[in-house]
Amino acid sequence: MELILTKNIEIENYKNINAYLKYGGYSAVKKALGEYSSEKIVDEVKKSNLRGRGGAGFPTGMKWSFVPKNNEEKFLCVNADEGEPGSFKDRLIMEKNPHLLIEGIIISCYAIGINTAYVYIRGEYLESRDVFLKAVEEAKAKKLLGKNILGRNFSLDIIIVAGAGAYVCGEETGLIESIEGKKGWPRIKPPFPAIKGLFQKPTVVNNVETIANIPWIILNSGEKFANFGTSKNGGTKLYTVSGHVKNPGVFELPIGTSLREIIYTHCNGIRDDKKLKAVIPGGLSAPVLKADEIDVAMDFDSLAKIGSMLGSGGIIVMDEDTNIVEIMKTTAEFYAHESCGQCTPCREGTEWMRKIIDRIYNKSGKKDDLNLLLEITDNIIGRTICPLGDAASMPIKAFITKFRDEIEKETGVRS
Amino acid sequence: MTKFTKIIEDLLPEINTIISKYRTKESSILGVLNFIQDKKGFISKEAEKEVSEILNVPPAKVHEVASFYTMFFLNPKGKYLIQVCRSISCSILNSESIIDYIQDKLKININQTTTDKKFTLIKVECLGSCGKAPAMRINDKYYENLTIEKVNEILSGLR
Repeated sequence: MELILTKNIEIENYKNINAYLKYGGYSAVKKALGEYSSEKIVDEVKKSNLRGRGGAGFPTGMKWSFVPKNNEEKFLCVNADEGEPGSFKDRLIMEKNPHLLIEGIIISCYAIGINTAYVYIRGEYLESRDVFLKAVEEAKAKKLLGKNILGRNFSLDIIIVAGAGAYVCGEETGLIESIEGKKGWPRIKPPFPAIKGLFQKPTVVNNVETIANIPWIILNSGEKFANFGTSKNGGTKLYTVSGHVKNPGVFELPIGTSLREIIYTHCNGIRDDKKLKAVIPGGLSAPVLKADEIDVAMDFDSLAKIGSMLGSGGIIVMDEDTNIVEIMKTTAEFYAHESCGQCTPCREGTEWMRKIIDRIYNKSGKKDDLNLLLEITDNIIGRTICPLGDAASMPIKAFITKFRDEIEKETGVRS
Repeated sequence: MTKFTKIIEDLLPEINTIISKYRTKESSILGVLNFIQDKKGFISKEAEKEVSEILNVPPAKVHEVASFYTMFFLNPKGKYLIQVCRSISCSILNSESIIDYIQDKLKININQTTTDKKFTLIKVECLGSCGKAPAMRINDKYYENLTIEKVNEILSGLR
């Protein structure tokens, strides 16, 4: 299978521009700026069925077309705030294939009419930041960034911004607030960023992996990209697998590859040949799947159909010895810690859930605690400005619904 | 151009260079705080106040930002900041035993600093090393696929 995002990354110094150019790098920029109009690029991206790789799966071409077509200043914000537990794909792109990302940024900005792109990299990813910064300097030196790129009437600057440790800044408007120098409180929508985003200007926010797909689409056509995946899901996907598998890591596979194939073929199965108990298929926010639910295509629609989600593609595998209450505890602690405090249901609800799960874990849970937890999740879902509230609630709901007997037996909270 | 400062006076030229790279003064807050923490180890109340004067924003605004982001420290910490990941992929591969071991070895609890001010131990959320769990960061450096033996070696190397 042809790789789109991880092709050549094992080549020594591929992160340096000379090696990247030697293997055909920046030919997509030359093609796009030389032969394509901006409309043609947006059209190819629409045809490709590329959907946002940050987790929401929104069609990228459509997102771009919401931006007003006028001469007003606009921005691209590349979301490199990868903070979803279980996800570590964007780090790989930035550290091993930074010029692919830059190439994608150039083409995307040319297509939308943007002259300034911000790349917001989470504070912890210092190596990603260093490698990417160096790549930007290299591209500038080769005049692939800056004024009149390739002699065209198109200029672009890339500005790197470092986050400082806040999961909520991975939400697009939280990210925008953070770039503006504020605490990362998500904004009420509408207005959507495409109309009023960064510095109140039209803004497109795209994930690193999304943008890194653009050069291939230009070189090979949107149609070929769409052929990779399943219906309405084009291209390959970086699946990051962690937990109790023999061979964890990042796997680039056609989007829609079955979860069973990923776990048992690509990751060589469960450590010590134990039985599989559960899988979180799309980062911590995705509702858990039981062992008998893994014959599912790992795309946005197929996972939604069975009540979970592809999210960022972070697959967390748990073997038969895993204590589900402990997993619930880790999950609840994460969201209680990361809730930004803006919306009451999320701020209070995540802390209540943490406390209740903590007492269940310590075997001092009360008879109705599981029902109480379910009631709290129902009172958070859909009642917050950003999706963090839903993300905190859906996994807890799924753990209780799917493992209720076990939790009750283990902790004595039978109602 | 700026008022007399004490705590971060020596950093002013560099701070002004940082500010000049941003579109607005306000948007430079994270960058400026990050730089001060790099140089001073933490962001003191006085430093916050001085930043507010330099950037011409209310002190509460600077404090709001400094206290919102977990990577900003408002109190002094040890020379080595040990950040052990406690998120799901690390926790199911026994990050808790790594934390217990470090607590025992350094004779401190989570969120404490050794008396010689060498080590501070904290738990952090996902570091993005899930495929090489359990993982930790010490200052800016990542350590992955941790075992007790490996942690022992790393810490001994820092003494």
